[in-house]
Amino acid sequence: MSDIHTSHDGASHGSYKSYIIGLILSIVLTLISFGVVMTGSFGIPAMMITVVVTAVLQVLVQLILFMHLNTKSEGGWNVISFVFTGGILVLIIGGSLWIMHNIHVNMMLG
Amino acid sequence: MATDTIKQHDAHAHDGHEHHDAGAMKVFGFWIYLMSDLVIFGTLFATFGVLSTATAGGPTSQEIFELPFVLVETFLLLISSFTFGLAVLAQNAGDRGAVLKWLAVTFLLGAGFVSMEIYEFHHLIAEGAGPDRSAFLSAFFTLVGTHGLHVTFGLIWIAIMFFQISKRGLDSVTKPRMLCLSLFWHFLDIVWICVFSFVYLLGAM
Repeated sequence: MSDIHTSHDGASHGSYKSYIIGLILSIVLTLISFGVVMTGSFGIPAMMITVVVTAVLQVLVQLILFMHLNTKSEGGWNVISFVFTGGILVLIIGGSLWIMHNIHVNMMLG
Repeated sequence: MATDTIKQHDAHAHDGHEHHDAGAMKVFGFWIYLMSDLVIFGTLFATFGVLSTATAGGPTSQEIFELPFVLVETFLLLISSFTFGLAVLAQNAGDRGAVLKWLAVTFLLGAGFVSMEIYEFHHLIAEGAGPDRSAFLSAFFTLVGTHGLHVTFGLIWIAIMFFQISKRGLDSVTKPRMLCLSLFWHFLDIVWICVFSFVYLLGAM
């Protein structure tokens, strides 16, 4: 089927199989994180870990199975720019939370 | 199916390589745009993360989030991401009718999502939990509203794409546009997964 000539148009081709697997995985992962929070019987740390892990897995499912991100398309520049952006995001989000947490603690703003 | 793909392949060969490379270049350029858009959402997530407990005596996230409602929104967007994938597959097979059909389905699902979000915002504002109530709500409305605006522009783009493909068919101009739009739509789904997980689910604990 259409996944035979992959590298032609860049990151564009998939197959019915990859989309259906992607859809099923996304739905299952969404229901897991939703179910864990709704029942609320696991304790906050376990719930937080579950939500974060399922979110990361879902992002990977979308990137790989729906957007067909792989190291072959565009000579790997898609992946390189994504990894670079990921680094920026870690700096912005991690840095903001870290600094503001310290300010809260040190100024005792509650 | 197989013969369609081969025909498609031949048509590609006739297009010549310049079109091909130009199309692939366009999609890659759009990918770079998406990465910069991701940084915008990253800053909004950071802002929300910092301000999520700054409720100024107003309603907290536990009080205002209705998870089952948001779960339905999530499924609408998830399934629309899938139906857009089917549109791209139909494009690869050169089936214009199927492309238009799946674009229409994707549009309806996306419109359902935006309608639910507008309802939710209206409901919150009517209850006195508008963006002017606290820093937490300002950050919430900015983050979720920016995503909603993106989806709205995606809907406009889908409508334009629908009319372009029904007029010109699938050629070297419309095909790269469809691929860019598919990346945009999946990207919005990724951002929503993060909103659902980090704003709604973590906020409801």
